[in-house]
Amino acid sequence: MPVNLDGIRTFARLAQNPAELARHARGNIELWANLFVIGWAIAFMLWQGAGFAVIVLTVFAIWAILAVSLNLVVGFTGLLSVGHIGFFGLGAYTMAILTSDPAYEQLRTEAIPTFGWTFFAALPVCIGLAGLAALLVGVVFNRFRDDIFVLVSFGFAIIAFNVFLNLRSVTRGAFGIHEIARPQIGNWVFDGEVEFLLLGLAFLALVMLISWFITTSSFGRVLTAIREDEQAIEVFGYRATHFKLAVWVISAMMTSLAGGLFASWTSFIDPNSFILLESVLLVSIVILGGLATIWGSLLGAMAFVLLEEGMRFIPYLPTEYIGQARQVILGILLVLLMLFRPQGLVGRYRL
Amino acid sequence: MALASVQTAGQADGSGDAPLLELVGISVEYGAVRALHEISMSVQKGEVVAVMGPNGAGKSTVLKAVMGLAPVVAGQVYWRQHLLAAATHEIVKEGIAFVPQGRRVFTHLTITENLEMGCIYLNDRSEKANRLDSVMELFPVLYEKRKDMASAMSGGQQQMLALGRGLMASPELLLLDEPTLGLAPIIVKEVFEKVAEISERLDTTIMVVEHNIKGVLDIVDRAYVLDKGEVVHNGTPDSIRETDILTQVFLGSA
Repeated sequence: MPVNLDGIRTFARLAQNPAELARHARGNIELWANLFVIGWAIAFMLWQGAGFAVIVLTVFAIWAILAVSLNLVVGFTGLLSVGHIGFFGLGAYTMAILTSDPAYEQLRTEAIPTFGWTFFAALPVCIGLAGLAALLVGVVFNRFRDDIFVLVSFGFAIIAFNVFLNLRSVTRGAFGIHEIARPQIGNWVFDGEVEFLLLGLAFLALVMLISWFITTSSFGRVLTAIREDEQAIEVFGYRATHFKLAVWVISAMMTSLAGGLFASWTSFIDPNSFILLESVLLVSIVILGGLATIWGSLLGAMAFVLLEEGMRFIPYLPTEYIGQARQVILGILLVLLMLFRPQGLVGRYRL
Repeated sequence: MALASVQTAGQADGSGDAPLLELVGISVEYGAVRALHEISMSVQKGEVVAVMGPNGAGKSTVLKAVMGLAPVVAGQVYWRQHLLAAATHEIVKEGIAFVPQGRRVFTHLTITENLEMGCIYLNDRSEKANRLDSVMELFPVLYEKRKDMASAMSGGQQQMLALGRGLMASPELLLLDEPTLGLAPIIVKEVFEKVAEISERLDTTIMVVEHNIKGVLDIVDRAYVLDKGEVVHNGTPDSIRETDILTQVFLGSA
């Protein structure tokens, strides 16, 4: 389910009666996790003001799209992919190159191809290219499972990063691509942060809807069965590889969509945004939130964004340590989580 | 010592006696290990046939060879006197269902969802509902727990679920691989009763691999005894009870 409707209904009922809420909440870690993350988010945004809230929510929307789409593969199907950052990067670079402004790019020493497309023209290409890449890669990856699958997806992330870094005639390598265009419909440009946030949330809603349709359909049932016992479903005539390939391609396409959004939002990308570590963080978000739950991915993404953004406000912490500190804290958090709550904040299954 | 009369499909005398399933000279090798050596078997429509033998005799491999799940290096499988496809998904289409060893139910799916996994090629909703109804009628415990996760069931109930899931395809031939493995004696009896009931009520042809000789001989029409990858006996339950073939293969006194 995208949103745990029963949970919300229960919550709405309980919210009217504090005594019952307290009784219900005792020992209900899931409810506490929900309350904690949402409460934290609201408090943080109120404290920092509207402008900051919009940024936090935009970053959240992008990470949430990533987490929800990765959860289809990792959580619902049981294929632990640490290579999704490659599709994220592919989407971001495709967007950056297709929308690059010829007038601006001529000023640069190292030329890359320029197209001058608009965001909405480039986005289907981002998604299509990622789908194609996922299809080619997936045909090979389908032969593997479990730990070997982790290794080959690891290899994919490394290869993707090296392509971004070294294919300089297209990506301008380590210098990155600047001045990536904001989305535009006719003359109306999404240049305001609020407009972009709404666009991001709209795409998040779309991705959640697609995921919800997939996971509640008979297709999703087969994915669950694959996670549990891939050989057993072959006995009933299902070709597991077809299902795995399909969900892999769909997930890659949605990941690439997030990449396109990300490039357009930051307006600058370089290969450092697409290193393996980011992929591992993404997997951590999915595990933190809970495997095979769309709502969990949202909670995980929100908790992660709050951690990341919240670091900036720790007193006396020099800015150059913020990045490392967030990794240390996330690492500790994951260890604690695996020790005390291996199913994640609101998950049902263990890795 | 292979079965004496090796008869290729189509040459069967009398159309009424043509076997539903026929294995001719099947050999299976797992790498260097030979699991089956030129075995031949046949199953008539409506029959319940047991495949028995000690551990490692290749009993389960027979069923896997039929289902396209074992590396067959020689021989043919005939289904209604036509060469059976090699790919599992094609075999399932022909009306052959397999209930694998160890039940293999999907513990994070509900009972109903587990059952629905059994009929991949059925898209007609009302027909699916009909089959669910008839399977649940056969196994009342599945109806009681239809909305529960399969993980909430006992081993015996999971075996009933596995049988029911196999029946969802409405198969003509049901292959059962060790359906009583790891179950309490009272449950074993219940499973055999259900197998007999399936044969009787649904007129399903059944091939069952069993180590539980006493129980299975009471419900089958015929049995094959396997030893070291070869068929050493083929006959009615009485013919097996009369000889000491089982003592020989199980205790190794040759």
